[in-house]
Amino acid sequence: MLGPVLAAMTAELQRLGNPSSLHTSGRRVRRVVEESREQLAAAVGAGPSEVVFTAGGTEADNLAVKGLFWARSEADPRRRRVLASAVEHHAVRDSVEWLGARAGATLEWLEVDDVGRVRLDAVEAAIRRDPDDVAFVSVMWANNEVGTIQPVAELAELAHRYGIPVHSDAVQAFGQIPVDFAASGVDCLALSGHKIGGPLGVGALVARRGLGLTPVLHGGGQERGVRSGTLDAPAARGFALAAALAEGARGTQAPRLATLRDDAVAAVLGEVPDAVLRGDPDPAGRLPGNAHFTFPGCEGDSLLYLLDARGVECSTGSACQAGVPQPSHVLLAMGVGEEQARGALRFTFGHTSTTADVEALAEAIGPVVRRARRAWLATGARG
Amino acid sequence: MRVLAAMSGGVDSAVAAARALEAGHEVVGVHLALSRTPATERTGARGCCTIEDARDARRAADVLGIPFYVWDLAERFEQDVVEDFVAEYAAGRTPNPCVRCNERIKFSALLDRALALDFDAVCTGHYARVVDEPGGGRTLHRAVDPAKDQSYVLAVLTPERLRHALFPLGDTRKDEVRREAAARGLQVADKPDSHDICFIADGDTAGWLTARLGRRPGIVEDLTGRPVGDHEGAYAYTVGQRRGLRLGIPAADGRPRYVVEVRPVTNTVVVGPKEALAVREVSGEGLSWCADPLKAGAEAGVQVRAHGAEVPGRIDAVTASRLLIRLGEPLDGVAPGQTVVVYTGTQVRGAATISATGTGDAGQDGGGAGPSPGVCHEHP
Repeated sequence: MLGPVLAAMTAELQRLGNPSSLHTSGRRVRRVVEESREQLAAAVGAGPSEVVFTAGGTEADNLAVKGLFWARSEADPRRRRVLASAVEHHAVRDSVEWLGARAGATLEWLEVDDVGRVRLDAVEAAIRRDPDDVAFVSVMWANNEVGTIQPVAELAELAHRYGIPVHSDAVQAFGQIPVDFAASGVDCLALSGHKIGGPLGVGALVARRGLGLTPVLHGGGQERGVRSGTLDAPAARGFALAAALAEGARGTQAPRLATLRDDAVAAVLGEVPDAVLRGDPDPAGRLPGNAHFTFPGCEGDSLLYLLDARGVECSTGSACQAGVPQPSHVLLAMGVGEEQARGALRFTFGHTSTTADVEALAEAIGPVVRRARRAWLATGARG
Repeated sequence: MRVLAAMSGGVDSAVAAARALEAGHEVVGVHLALSRTPATERTGARGCCTIEDARDARRAADVLGIPFYVWDLAERFEQDVVEDFVAEYAAGRTPNPCVRCNERIKFSALLDRALALDFDAVCTGHYARVVDEPGGGRTLHRAVDPAKDQSYVLAVLTPERLRHALFPLGDTRKDEVRREAAARGLQVADKPDSHDICFIADGDTAGWLTARLGRRPGIVEDLTGRPVGDHEGAYAYTVGQRRGLRLGIPAADGRPRYVVEVRPVTNTVVVGPKEALAVREVSGEGLSWCADPLKAGAEAGVQVRAHGAEVPGRIDAVTASRLLIRLGEPLDGVAPGQTVVVYTGTQVRGAATISATGTGDAGQDGGGAGPSPGVCHEHP
C-alpha cells in the first residue's frame, strides 16, 4: 500500500465507529465514509450518490451482473439474453455462467479479435438478432491478462441505441488509463482497492442513478439499499485516498510504466525471438504496465518457477487459486492454441518497478526459456 | 542439493519436505494435479487429488517457508495410470496403479522435469530407505516401520532413478511422523491415512469400472464348468475375491467360494474353494531391477501385494524381461497384473508384472489360478 494510504487507514482504525449509528462517533465515521465516497467519485468521474462500496471487485461484478439481470428480466420477462465478452474476468464470467445455470439466462459470449478486443460489428449483430431479449451487455474496460483496452464508450453508445444497459469491469484499468464514468456512458463500473495501491477487501460498484439494481446482499439497507452491511470505513477511506493519489500520479506514472514495459518487451523479444507478444502490439491499445507473452515449447509453470528463483516475479495468465492450472480462456478466445496458451507469462509493472527490474528480466529470460524447453521435452510433449 | 518435494497434502510428504529442508537442502514444494476435474473437498480415505488437498499442501509449504507450485500432470496421469488401469482390468488382470504412478509419473515425468529444471532429487513421503553403499551406488530397502513399508510400490525404480530419490521417512515410524508434524506446526498432523485408489472417489472400483467399460453380463461358473451365478462384467472381479459374488447356487459342500480365475475372452468368472487359490509359481514380465540382477537359482523373498506378507522363494529362470519364481510356501489370491517384488533381506532387488501363476505341480494341475504347466514353457 502507498504510505499516505496506510497512515490514513491506521488513523481511522484507531477511532472506530459504526457509520450507520446516530451518535457522535457514528456521525464522525459517517462523515469519513461520505468524504471518501466523494473523493472516489471525483477520481472516477461519477457523482457521490453513484458510488456503492463493496468488499472488492468481485462483489462489485456480482452485484452488477446479477443485479442487472434480475432487475431487467423482472421488468420484462423476455430479457434473458446476456451478452458478455469472451475475455471477461472470472468475477463476471462465472457470475454470468451462474445466471445461465440457475436463473434461466441465455449466454452469448461476444467474440474478440486476435489482440483480444471485442468487435463492435459482432456486438451489434448479436443485439440486432433480437434487441428486446437482451438483459445487458458486459465488456471489461481493459483485460487483466493481455492488457487490451476495450472500446467501452462506443459499446455503451451502441447498446444504448437499443435501450440496453452496459456493465464494465474497470478493476484493471482504473489508475492506469483514464476511466471517466460519466464520459464513457456505461451504466455501471466495477473497481477494486488493492489494484491501485489501496487496501485489500474493498471495492466499489459505480452505478448510474436510476439504474435500479436488484440487491445481492440484504440487510440493513446501507448503500442506497443496494448493498446492505455495515461499511468498513477505514477501508473506504484508504481506497478513496489511493484512488485520488493514483489519478493524480497517473500523468507521470503511466508514461514511466509504458517505457519500462516497452523496454521489457524489446528485451524479451531480443533474447527469445520466437516469443509472441500477446494483446495489442500498439502501446496505446494496451495498459501501460502490461506485457504478456507466450513462449512456444514451455510450460508457464516452469517459467514462473525459474524466474522466481532468479528474483523475477510474474504470473501465468491470471493468478488462480484452483487446483489444476487451465489454459487461459482469454488466450483461447483470441485464437491461441491450447499448447501455446500453456506457455503464457504476464509481466506487470507498477509504482515500485524500476529499470533494474527490466534489466533483471532481460538477463534471466533467455536462459530460463532454454531450460524450461528442456524440461518440457523431458516431461514429454504430451504433458 | 536442490530438492523438489512432491507434496500430496498429507502428513507424510509434509514432514518429508520439512526433513529435507532441515538437512540443509534447498527445497521447493510441488503438488501434482492429477485430475482434470478435482473435487472440492476430500472424501473417504483418498489422500490427494482434491482442491482441499492442494490447499493443505500449500499451507504446509507456507509453514515451512518454501516456494510452492502446482504442476499439472493430469494428462500424463490419465494416459499412463488411469487408462492402463482400465485396460488391465478389461484384460482380466489386476493392476496396481500406485506402482504405475511411481514408475511413470513421480519417478519419470516429475523426476525428468525436475532434473531438467536443475533439481538434483525428488523427495517424497514414501516409507522406504535408500542406503548409500560403500563402493558407490545406492540400494533400496524396506522401511523400519513394517506396517507402513512402501518399498513394494517403489521397486520399479531403476538404479539411475534411485540416485535422484529422497525418502526421509524410511527410518521413522508413522506415529513419530505424526508427532513431528504436530511439533512443527503442520496442520495436517492428524489427517487420516489414505488407503483407496486416489482417482476413484467413492472407493467403488467395480462401479467405476462399469461406468468406464459398460455393463457386460456373463456367467460365473465353478471349477467343473457348472454355471453358479451371473455378473455384470468379468473385468470387475479379482482373483482371491470372496465378497460381492452373487452366487445363486450354493457350493455342494457349503464352503465359501472365491474367484480363482477371470477369463476376459469368454467374459467368464470362475469360482472355487480356498485351496484352489494356492499358488506356488509366479511368472512375471516387464522385469526391472533396482539393484544388481539376481541370477537363476538365487533365493529371494517374494511379495505380490502392497501390504502382503513376504514369502521365501527361488528364481527358477530369468531373461532380460521375464522371470519365473518358485515359492517356498503357497500364496493365496495372486492375480495376473499384480506386481511381484523380490527382496534379499531388507533390500529390494527388482519387480515384474505377474503374467501367470501356477500350482507348480505340472502333473496335477489342481485348478490353480492360471495355466499352470504352460507358464514354464515361456521361459528358457
